[in-house]
Amino acid sequence: MTVAVVTQAVARQSGLPRLLAGPGGHRPIGLLEHEELHGPLPLPGLRGRAQRDSASRLMDVIERSGLTGRGGAGFPAGRKLRSVAGERGRPVVVANGCEGEPASAKDRLLLSRAPHLVFDGISLAAFAVGADRAFLTVHQRERRLAASLEAAAAARAAAGIDAIPIEIVGIPSRYVSSEQSAIVHYLNGGPALPTFSPPRTHERGVDGRPTLVNNSETLAHIALIARYGDRWFRSAGVPGAAGTMLVTVDGAVASPGVYEVELGTPIGAVLMSAGGLTERPQAVLTGGYFGTWLPINVAWQLPLTHRDLKAAGGALGAGIIIALPDTSCGLAETARVVRYLAAETAGQCGPCVFGLPALADAVADLAYQGERLATRQIGALTGLVAGRGACKHPDGVTQLVRSALDVFANDAAWHHDHGPCYGIRRAPILPVPGDLADW
Amino acid sequence: MSERLRVNPIACAGHGVCAELLPELIELDPWGYPIVPPGELIDDELPLARRAVASCPALALIMQKTSA
Repeated sequence: MTVAVVTQAVARQSGLPRLLAGPGGHRPIGLLEHEELHGPLPLPGLRGRAQRDSASRLMDVIERSGLTGRGGAGFPAGRKLRSVAGERGRPVVVANGCEGEPASAKDRLLLSRAPHLVFDGISLAAFAVGADRAFLTVHQRERRLAASLEAAAAARAAAGIDAIPIEIVGIPSRYVSSEQSAIVHYLNGGPALPTFSPPRTHERGVDGRPTLVNNSETLAHIALIARYGDRWFRSAGVPGAAGTMLVTVDGAVASPGVYEVELGTPIGAVLMSAGGLTERPQAVLTGGYFGTWLPINVAWQLPLTHRDLKAAGGALGAGIIIALPDTSCGLAETARVVRYLAAETAGQCGPCVFGLPALADAVADLAYQGERLATRQIGALTGLVAGRGACKHPDGVTQLVRSALDVFANDAAWHHDHGPCYGIRRAPILPVPGDLADW
Repeated sequence: MSERLRVNPIACAGHGVCAELLPELIELDPWGYPIVPPGELIDDELPLARRAVASCPALALIMQKTSA
């Protein structure tokens, strides 16, 4: 996305921002500055039984903190560490810094600004599960980011910070290549495409070893929890949804960008913190392109937690919040994104290869022609593709389309009766790579 | 321990042998790819299901044990 990245947090209490603490701007925080801000990496140089006890205590603290994965699925981070640590074989740790989602900018911002928090998190996770290999993966198109991460890694190596080397690997830049099995496949010498499970990554991943794949933000939180404790972590957020998270805010707001907010912050407050509204919004896209639309009156008061969003039919995902202005056409916006996602299929599974382009056609027919049969066809196609891929690509697209039919039902009826609405002439809101306006 | 049918959609090339052998359980989508029932198989279905698994030219149809 082309929006300016703003590193300002919504502070409901003191102690924020956490991940984005330190001087503002886009400059990476250097190793010395990082250690002044947060103190040295609390990595005990232990061996044998003492190491195992200490690793177990670290996993306890992470479990008690209530940290959940920030890559989208929201799985408890401590439980994931434990399950990898409990597998047979020497584990591998992979930090996922591949931001395949065009509407998200938070991993790029975090890695550009606070790389040492992510490196610290990788080292700590490796210590916790007993890993002897670690990777930090970013998309290959992020050349400048990769170079600054190499520089940060070199500074750490010179200072002897990490117990094991952390290798930075560029992953081919595609939507599906950010999926964890695709990353593991690539690290194993294959193409960066999702694989069929079982085996699951945490059981048999890189080199056939148990593999912990964590989003880079999740690891950065671990770096802070290891220093300040689980109670400190829970002092932000709400019961059942602890801590802060990075959200990418876009659409009808004055200052689109990445913000660090407490879990449980109402979506309306997040939008207001991004400079306030520039136009009256009609709906909010939550969770990104595998997420869901919510009508503005439902979304506004909704606390930003996995549970609350799910209960309202939304999705927290990787923290994407896009306010759709009243004068935009939600169906046309969805049609553009579905067309993009259909083209981003890995091309491996028949229902996805054939179903998504057909679905994209049907959504376009509804949006641009008001085609009367399109709605029924969309219903049939979503039923045919959901759950039938090796990865969640078709499921994500299906969820987005179903929510669009639901939230923009009145628009669909209007399109049927009168043809496309004036909204389709507006400049698009949702970023899609390949748009002339964006790239 | 029960079993259910699963398709590895990456391996599946849409030969359609499974749907021919097991029409009561498997139907083909408009593009020729099998839709398998998500539930556990009953005992009577097991022999035919195993035969379909063994007959898949792409080795894409599998039986998976369910922990229920």
